[in-house]
Amino acid sequence: MNQPAPYVHWGFVVLSLPNLVLIGVMLGLFALALVLPFPGRRHRRPAADEERRDG
Amino acid sequence: MAEGRRAGGSWTRALRRMIERELPTEHLLPDQEPAYVASWVYVFGVVAIAALVWVMVSGVVLAFFGPQWWHVSPQGHVVNSIHFWSVQLFFIFMVLHLWGQYFGATWRDGRATTWMVGVVVFLVSIGTAFTGYLAQQNFASQWIAVNAKDAINSTGAGAFFNVLNFGQMYGLHVMLLPIVITTLVAVHLVQVRMRGVVKPIETEPS
Amino acid sequence: MRRRGLDQSDYYRGVRMAPYDLVKELAIALVAVLAVVLILAGVLSSPDEPPVTIQSWAQHAPLDLVATATAELQGQTISSDYGPPYNIDRDAVDHDRPAGASVQAFGPIAPQSWAGVHIPITAASSDVLHPLQLASASDPKLAQALLRYRAAARAQRSTWLSRYAAELGHAHMAGGLPVIADPAAAGPLPTMMATLLLVARSGGLDGLLLQSGHFYQTDYTGPLLFLGDGRYLPGLAHAQHLLGDQWGMMNETGRYPGQAWLWLYTLWYQIPPYSTASNADLLVVLTMGVLSALLLLVPFLPGLRDIPRWVPIYRLIWREHYREARRRPRG
Repeated sequence: MNQPAPYVHWGFVVLSLPNLVLIGVMLGLFALALVLPFPGRRHRRPAADEERRDG
Repeated sequence: MAEGRRAGGSWTRALRRMIERELPTEHLLPDQEPAYVASWVYVFGVVAIAALVWVMVSGVVLAFFGPQWWHVSPQGHVVNSIHFWSVQLFFIFMVLHLWGQYFGATWRDGRATTWMVGVVVFLVSIGTAFTGYLAQQNFASQWIAVNAKDAINSTGAGAFFNVLNFGQMYGLHVMLLPIVITTLVAVHLVQVRMRGVVKPIETEPS
Repeated sequence: MRRRGLDQSDYYRGVRMAPYDLVKELAIALVAVLAVVLILAGVLSSPDEPPVTIQSWAQHAPLDLVATATAELQGQTISSDYGPPYNIDRDAVDHDRPAGASVQAFGPIAPQSWAGVHIPITAASSDVLHPLQLASASDPKLAQALLRYRAAARAQRSTWLSRYAAELGHAHMAGGLPVIADPAAAGPLPTMMATLLLVARSGGLDGLLLQSGHFYQTDYTGPLLFLGDGRYLPGLAHAQHLLGDQWGMMNETGRYPGQAWLWLYTLWYQIPPYSTASNADLLVVLTMGVLSALLLLVPFLPGLRDIPRWVPIYRLIWREHYREARRRPRG
């Protein structure tokens, strides 16, 4: 890990591979958070939930 | 003022009533949330806080043993690695949280200051990470100090905030800035709990 | 006193609530994040490139160290005619230019000059003459050379310095010392610089540069500026892609992620007009200041605050809610 990192050149953009991986992970996590169903929230019976009563 | 009079002039009671009114414990620690709070996007905030907790814990250990320790002790290097990766995760989750809140336009319905405090947390965190890089006492610290001084100096801040002064940067990094971040994060959380989670964007006029 | 819309009880009226365990969520988050951190720390460790010392500079790039020290005496390094906060560039004052080669301004906005000199640095004396003076206590030959240098007229010194600097351009190392073609033309400088190099190589100069009359030391401004004036430190930084024009602000030593969150800050340094401006730092800081203010004020800025309504990402976040709303007509 202490060897110099590979760099990606894309026009004037120069990105280290570790940074590229990190940005990819961020975008991937965001996409997953948007599409994955949230546990315990789906297919629940509305009767199990409460209506907010107090005002 | 009206509260103060009702409280019989006691400032203490007035403050207590204000807290009870603005942030009753069932709002601070609710056991139910609106049913629309059902997305992984909501999790980025809490995992950012979790990462911050580990940043603080590993940072306290590093500060306790002193700035040279982790360069010479294998155990110290492990603690430094924990600090390094917690910081990376803290920033990753903070940015994801920011994206999520932005695309949900969650500053609606009187929550603009919550957004603004969050942005300030992000900016102060960048400054804290910067002083941390300067306080590492390694090649990266040397180069970052030499390279960053021109930008800091160009603003005039270099006269008072000397990035080449290890003692100053270390003190700011381990003491002042963590207090600022912790306080701001606490304010941010209280704002969120006081106002509750914002409703979804209306898709049709009601 | 209750402000409408800010009170939760009012706000949630008619909203369907569901059980939610915040504390359990936080506990799970703490454990999960710790697990990820421990795995990353255990498998990937963390970067720690050893610092450069004046000693390692003298060992790996002796001619660069000597050339830098000579340039300090000539007042031709970054730090010797920097301007505020370190010093006032006398030559510039004489020629009615901004008082420092590194002073940046944007039109009438000149905060660097306004702040003034707060960290006085005289590179020639602190990096070269003062350390040599301390080293000369046990070196009569050096003491004599220093005496000769100090006694000489300014014009004579500057002749020696320019001759020596020119000779260094094609000098080579022999027996651990720089060899130049015509040492006599450079007056006392060959003796002074040979000693400086010997002291530096032994590690002594690292200590002498920090000699401040105080016992404790936490301020490395002097030695860091000296290192920054040479080519050795920037050369190492260049190899690690850490220079400003290499998107360096984002990068880290070794194969580690850097400060990816600084992508926008470092982007400006790559593109005109910033990349070619002599006041690039100030321009970038001002730009980022404006952009940070925009980010802060997003809730109030028409256009910026409306983008989320145009980008349908929110429909994904609250898709359950919208699905349900379509199923049960709103009351």
